[in-house]
Amino acid sequence: MMYVIAGFAIWALGWLLNVYLANGKSSDHWAMNIGIPLIFGLTILLVWECFVIGFEVNPVFLPRPSDIIVRMANEVPRLWADFFQTIIKGALTGYIIGGLAAFAIAVLADRSEFLTRGVLPVGSFMAALPIVGIAPIFVKWFGSDWESKAAVVAVMVFFPILVNAVAGLRDTTSMQRDLMHTYGAGYWPTLFKLRIPAALPFIFNGLKIATTLALIGAIVAEFFGSPTVGMGFRISTSFGQLALDMVWAEIVIAAIAGSAFYGIVTLIEKGVTFWHPSQR
Amino acid sequence: MKSILPVLTVIAAVLLIWIVAVVPMNVHLTADQAQRDGAVVMPDTSIARKEVSGVALALENPHLIPLTYVGKRPNLPSPHQVSAEMFNTILGKKITSKRSLVYHGWVTLAPTLLGFAIGTLLGVLLAVGIVFSRVMDKSVMPWAIVSQTIPILALAPMIIVVLGAAGIHGILPKSVIAAYLSFFPVVVGMVKGLRSPDHMQLDLLRTYSTNNIQGFWKLRLPSSTPYLFASLKIGISASLIGTIVAELPTGAKAGFGARMLVGDQYGQPILSWAALFAAALTAAALVGMISLIERGTLRKMGMKLA
Repeated sequence: MMYVIAGFAIWALGWLLNVYLANGKSSDHWAMNIGIPLIFGLTILLVWECFVIGFEVNPVFLPRPSDIIVRMANEVPRLWADFFQTIIKGALTGYIIGGLAAFAIAVLADRSEFLTRGVLPVGSFMAALPIVGIAPIFVKWFGSDWESKAAVVAVMVFFPILVNAVAGLRDTTSMQRDLMHTYGAGYWPTLFKLRIPAALPFIFNGLKIATTLALIGAIVAEFFGSPTVGMGFRISTSFGQLALDMVWAEIVIAAIAGSAFYGIVTLIEKGVTFWHPSQR
Repeated sequence: MKSILPVLTVIAAVLLIWIVAVVPMNVHLTADQAQRDGAVVMPDTSIARKEVSGVALALENPHLIPLTYVGKRPNLPSPHQVSAEMFNTILGKKITSKRSLVYHGWVTLAPTLLGFAIGTLLGVLLAVGIVFSRVMDKSVMPWAIVSQTIPILALAPMIIVVLGAAGIHGILPKSVIAAYLSFFPVVVGMVKGLRSPDHMQLDLLRTYSTNNIQGFWKLRLPSSTPYLFASLKIGISASLIGTIVAELPTGAKAGFGARMLVGDQYGQPILSWAALFAAALTAAALVGMISLIERGTLRKMGMKLA
């Protein structure tokens, strides 16, 4: 009972604190922009902890945040091995292969107006499809190690990157192209000096969408067969053993990896497309 | 309209690649089967054939090529096998039959639509809250954006099992996932949309001495419509994908996801492929439907299609 009251108290306290901070004078300061969401997240964690203890929730349904943190601290080597197998070997390899393939196809399709008009609608149509359904098929084709995961990821990230790259390569004005023409620049110099730089904001948009897809593909594909390591494998087996704290530990890792992946791509984008209005 | 011909060309090219790929993908299986049926195959043992690539094997045994298209358990079914299976299971069976894809489609579609409706409603409400409350904006919005980068979809099967253990069965657990997945795109899109009126328009309303609520109904909500539809299109395909993934590894008995897995486990790849394509058609139909509604609504409101 004490814990339930404490939970409500923390809830009220966190909320009041945020109301005070958000309506306060310095609410646009950068520290506030980080601090307020942090307080919000921390409040949720504490309320969660208190309610799970107070209402005596069975840990099989919902473990306490502190259990999850303890579990993460105790299982560092295993979590690292899973991370390496799924994110680095599976997701990242597939992401790079899919991205390069999409970019190559985009440059090829871009040589003809006819192909561009065909690839754009077909690509955006494919990008909305439940491609992850190919996971069982690919696991059968490529075996259960990371190669099949990389293949699933490559196909999943291919279409969003393709559509954005094709759209981006078209995004030059006739003025700019004429200028290149007056310089006597042929196809390749125009491609490298004008069209690819102009396409970069679009391409990064596709790359950012693809980061989440890559992780989803790599984890889901492991549900259909994997060596005895990997985040998807660990999630499904820990689940079978009702070790929910381990499942949540993997969820936390996946969340951090997803945000970090997205963040790294955004940082690269900032460095490469510093000239674009959206970055200034 | 003028892009129909290019689109058809691209589709034809994809089909052609598929048809060509069928031969090397299946030729090893076909060779084993043909040898058991008494045909002469070079090289003449299964192990020796494993050493040879699919293309080489097909070139050495051209009489096997037609057989690769009609195998019963191919690695890669040919397009005509998949379309025949789809025709059979969509139109050829009673829709109440467990073998009808329409039945399985409905099992997947019902939670998708329910969840999508819930997710959209909650998303719009949260977006309104975020736009009108500074506290909500500062504390919730960053999490809404960060949550887009988290592979929640991968956890869908676990959520199903947890809810099932808590005594929630049937259509609801899948709807929860569909709702969750359509929720955040709608929140982010609607916040953007509700904030899209510029200062001029807001100032004009102030000169009319409207209050916040009138401003919301007369300016903010109408101008957010294009953004809402853009998010709805993302949301509905995310919902459908979520429901399918939720069905995949949890031992669901019906639905597109279950169909894909059953085909895979019982060595009936044509079944999996038919379910995969039926799911793709469903996704396309859902997105197409929202595009149609978008077109009609925006035209009625006198807006241009974005």
